[in-house]
Amino acid sequence: MIHKYKQLGLNIVMDIYSGAVHVVDDIMFDMLDYINEPFTAADKCPENIKVALRAKYADDDIEESYAEICALAESGQLFTEDCYADIAKNWNKQSVVKALCLHVAHDCNLRCKYCFADTGEFHGGRSLMSADIGKKAIDFVINNSGTRHNIEIDYFGGEPLMNFEAVKEITEYAKEQGKLHDKNFRFTITTNGILLNDDIMKYINENMSNVVLSLDGRKETNDRVRCRVDGSGSYDAIVPKFQKLAESRNQDNYYVRGTFTAYNADFAKDVIHLANLGFKQTSVEPVVAPETEDYALKKEHIDIVCAEYDKLAEEYVKRFGEGRGFNFFHFMVDLDQGPCAIKRLSGCGAGHEYLAVAPNGDIYPCHQFVGNTDFIMGNVKENTLDENIVKRFERSNVYTKPKCADCFSKFYCSGGCSANAYNFNKDINKPYELACEFQKKRLECAIAVEAHKKLG
Amino acid sequence: MKHVQTLNSANLKNSAKHGGCGECQTSCQSACKTSCTVANQKCEQAN
Repeated sequence: MIHKYKQLGLNIVMDIYSGAVHVVDDIMFDMLDYINEPFTAADKCPENIKVALRAKYADDDIEESYAEICALAESGQLFTEDCYADIAKNWNKQSVVKALCLHVAHDCNLRCKYCFADTGEFHGGRSLMSADIGKKAIDFVINNSGTRHNIEIDYFGGEPLMNFEAVKEITEYAKEQGKLHDKNFRFTITTNGILLNDDIMKYINENMSNVVLSLDGRKETNDRVRCRVDGSGSYDAIVPKFQKLAESRNQDNYYVRGTFTAYNADFAKDVIHLANLGFKQTSVEPVVAPETEDYALKKEHIDIVCAEYDKLAEEYVKRFGEGRGFNFFHFMVDLDQGPCAIKRLSGCGAGHEYLAVAPNGDIYPCHQFVGNTDFIMGNVKENTLDENIVKRFERSNVYTKPKCADCFSKFYCSGGCSANAYNFNKDINKPYELACEFQKKRLECAIAVEAHKKLG
Repeated sequence: MKHVQTLNSANLKNSAKHGGCGECQTSCQSACKTSCTVANQKCEQAN
């Protein structure tokens, strides 16, 4: 399977099953429209292709271009056949738990209008995780991570800084236990910044490998949805603190992370605003919400959102060329040393490698499922895990999702987010289609950006 | 080649044979939290 498109003035051809990415000239780009798969190389360019292209290109160029297509196919870089279906058919993943999202606070000091966590409550009332439950979660991951060395702990909420003493106690315990059990714990924390102060920044910088700072972009964008309890905005209070924290981390190992909604479908302006504030690591993502909500993105927004990604890609490479580039999470793709095929088939690991723990110790497949009692998998206090739910997620992969079969993005998104699929289609193997449309556009932009950088 | 520039080494097939160690970062932990992106993760073996 190949996918060809034009972006940033480049003709790009992706060979899906080998992972190869090519930038081709116009003649080859046009010629590929006349070649069907499975491809069989011929000594000479077939007559029907010559006839189709002769009005535009010289015969010698047509022959030369065809020969190069044959050479690429011969070397396994074009029209590569699917060799993963068998791996998927015999899929017998024996997962171990390697990452936990600890919901240290089901409470929040903001009332963001789009909050999937029900403004911090996760549909279960406001509560904080005790340090004791947190430590049990650390024991749980150590017990269930087999020989895996690297373990990730993400402090999430609600607002984790509302329970920062517990965060510190759990972190210190994990570090101590990590030494005893030969585990390398990496910590991440997500915060809205309201309670951020110098002491907390210092602790975060000394202990957290990544920090996610919630900010949606322009003041009017942010303050319209990221409100305090009294309805006032949060922008003015948090931006200086986020700038200070980003600088103190040498503009690395953090993300300012925003959400865009139907209220700011022109979100490229918000991303650029974040870059103009000096942030070098940015991530701004589409809201996921039922269509009944005012702010929800719907099918009618696809064109405008895709056009915004185009605009952002243009500005992104322009700034990169001017030496004032920044990173946008969804435009980052590693063409050389990215994830292996197994990872690309299986995805984020929710429900088997990656689990979320609620304040009371209940275990869920991921943070997006927390509060849905049908998905409670056990509790860290009892060190239990529902194997039926584990297997259900473990078995899910790109090849168990029929809608992914012909999609060029499948090895880049792994078939999308299981929680979104379940929430919209009641089946973790039926991807949420609006997200698919955005994903495909982002991928085209990301690869074009990489191509632009490589070719200079 | 005159008509094409190939940007990478097309090693996906190979990684199917040798990959799967599982030491890499869980993709949802890094920044997204609402949209599954896998291809921007680094392979732990590559470091």
